[in-house]
Amino acid sequence: MNTAQTLQRRRRWAEFGTAYGFLSLWLIGLFVFTVWPFAHSIYLAFTNYSFDPQYEYVGFANFRRAVTDSLSLKSMDVTARFAIFSVPLRLAVALFVAVLLNKGIKGLGVYRTIYYIPSLVGSGVAVAIMWRRVFGRRGLFNNVIGLFGASGQDWIANPDTARLMLVLLSAWQFGSSMLIFLAALKQVPNEMYESAEIDGAGVVRQFFRITVPLISPVIFFNLTMNIINAFRVFTQAKIITNGGPMNETMFMVLNIYNQAFRFGNMGYASALSWVLLLIIGAVTAVNFVGSKYWVYYETKAR
Amino acid sequence: MKKNTRTGVGFLRAARSRIRARASAAVRHIFLAGFGVMMVYPLVWLVFSTFKPNVEVFSSPGILPENWVFTHWSEGWSAIRGHTFGRFFLNSMMISALAIVGTVLSCSLAAYAFSRFRFPLKKMWFAVLLVTMMLPEQVLMVPRYILFMNLGWIDNFAPLTVPHFFGASAFFIFLITQFIRGIPYDLDESSFIDGCSRVRFLWSILLPLMRPALFTAALFTFMWTWQDFMGPLIYITSVRLYPMPLALNLFLDAQAAVNWGALHAMMTFSIAPIIALFFVAQRYFVEGIVTTGIKG
Repeated sequence: MNTAQTLQRRRRWAEFGTAYGFLSLWLIGLFVFTVWPFAHSIYLAFTNYSFDPQYEYVGFANFRRAVTDSLSLKSMDVTARFAIFSVPLRLAVALFVAVLLNKGIKGLGVYRTIYYIPSLVGSGVAVAIMWRRVFGRRGLFNNVIGLFGASGQDWIANPDTARLMLVLLSAWQFGSSMLIFLAALKQVPNEMYESAEIDGAGVVRQFFRITVPLISPVIFFNLTMNIINAFRVFTQAKIITNGGPMNETMFMVLNIYNQAFRFGNMGYASALSWVLLLIIGAVTAVNFVGSKYWVYYETKAR
Repeated sequence: MKKNTRTGVGFLRAARSRIRARASAAVRHIFLAGFGVMMVYPLVWLVFSTFKPNVEVFSSPGILPENWVFTHWSEGWSAIRGHTFGRFFLNSMMISALAIVGTVLSCSLAAYAFSRFRFPLKKMWFAVLLVTMMLPEQVLMVPRYILFMNLGWIDNFAPLTVPHFFGASAFFIFLITQFIRGIPYDLDESSFIDGCSRVRFLWSILLPLMRPALFTAALFTFMWTWQDFMGPLIYITSVRLYPMPLALNLFLDAQAAVNWGALHAMMTFSIAPIIALFFVAQRYFVEGIVTTGIKG
């Protein structure tokens, strides 16, 4: 009895040991590459560190600057406006195309491929440069509208339209959201639409009364991920406009990059990173709280 | 008599709805095809513009060149003094390959622990995993740079590859964990009765079954490291070590008068592997996105 117990206990501890053995690489990585930098950045945010071994504690000065400095405030404004326009646009296009593709259509595979390709390559440098070439003064877009007698402008150098071009680039990459929507739409039982049709509900009504509630968890998921991604914009802003014209595309991450690696204000950049993280956290939290009012989980109703 | 009319009406109704369905399909096809062409047009234009004289690149919205030029590719290949794009391509390949090996190795080990073991604090670690999945890397850009600087890893592939060997992409640990949970547990039990050790079970039984998940993880790791710009921009300073995105950026910035055709050729060259891979392994891409919601 006693020996059996010890044997069992020993076996259990051996299992714990093996488990942590398998987990060890990830755990080391977690502490070295995430937890430690995280803690370090809190510390740095309260200093004026700038690659110089001699630096001092500056209290909340960096945070005060982060929420009062005009460039920092501009970057928050730019990022927020970008998110507000690009996320709904991308999701609306993605959902619209997914609905069109859902009701049994020939060539589904071809359409899916075509619409997904922009998502595949869209985050890279090559496409960013291409976007500059498409919407520049002598770019593809102006050449196309020139065929119809219209004359364009330099859409990227113009402060009024520069950010819109980045919104369009983001919307252009609606493919991965579309694939997720498409998978969700397939789960909606067809009988629901049939009985709605018998009851005389039109297509628009069916969409808002059946489709949207039933796939609302997936809409919420896409919304959350896309909002977070909107706060991470860097490559496009750096390559296409480099923050200009007149800081109209000075995204928060680009501002952090400039402060840290162009001006060497590592302490201030750390504080800006924390402000960014807090904003993302707050927006996500609001999003989660808001979701209670419109996201419908089938299991709950049962 | 009554019966007859009823079938007549039914027939009419069926015919009408069939016509309506066909018309709606036609309208959808016209829209989807038109919109689709609009979406991929810039990419197709980009590829063919590499065969146009530079004057035409700036003036013609058409796809096919009026005058074919074949020198842009060779001009682009050696546009950056001292190194060819072959070098940058190899650098990118090297970084991606290391990242893939590291991700597959470390993520499958961690996923095995999460899916098949009971151990103290498991729930907590899994929650931590989910949190790190949501954590934007950009927030850690500054302190990570200082860490790698202190380790002497600046201007080196290490900051771009070593973290992958330590499960840096939490997403894939999650993906593989979910995948293993779908594999029946009976398999484990019968193997252990036969005296198979945990390690051997993972290696010779589970690993072959996990292939689809590992493949998806490898594909997306490739896509991300291949296109990553911020990482190399921060950590790599010597042109000799530049991956493709940095080389394109240098090409764009270095010359006052950019040879656009040549730059377009190298841009096409940098996109080509991704598109090719997508066509070869489309199934895994779609599955990966749908099951985990990773952004492509």
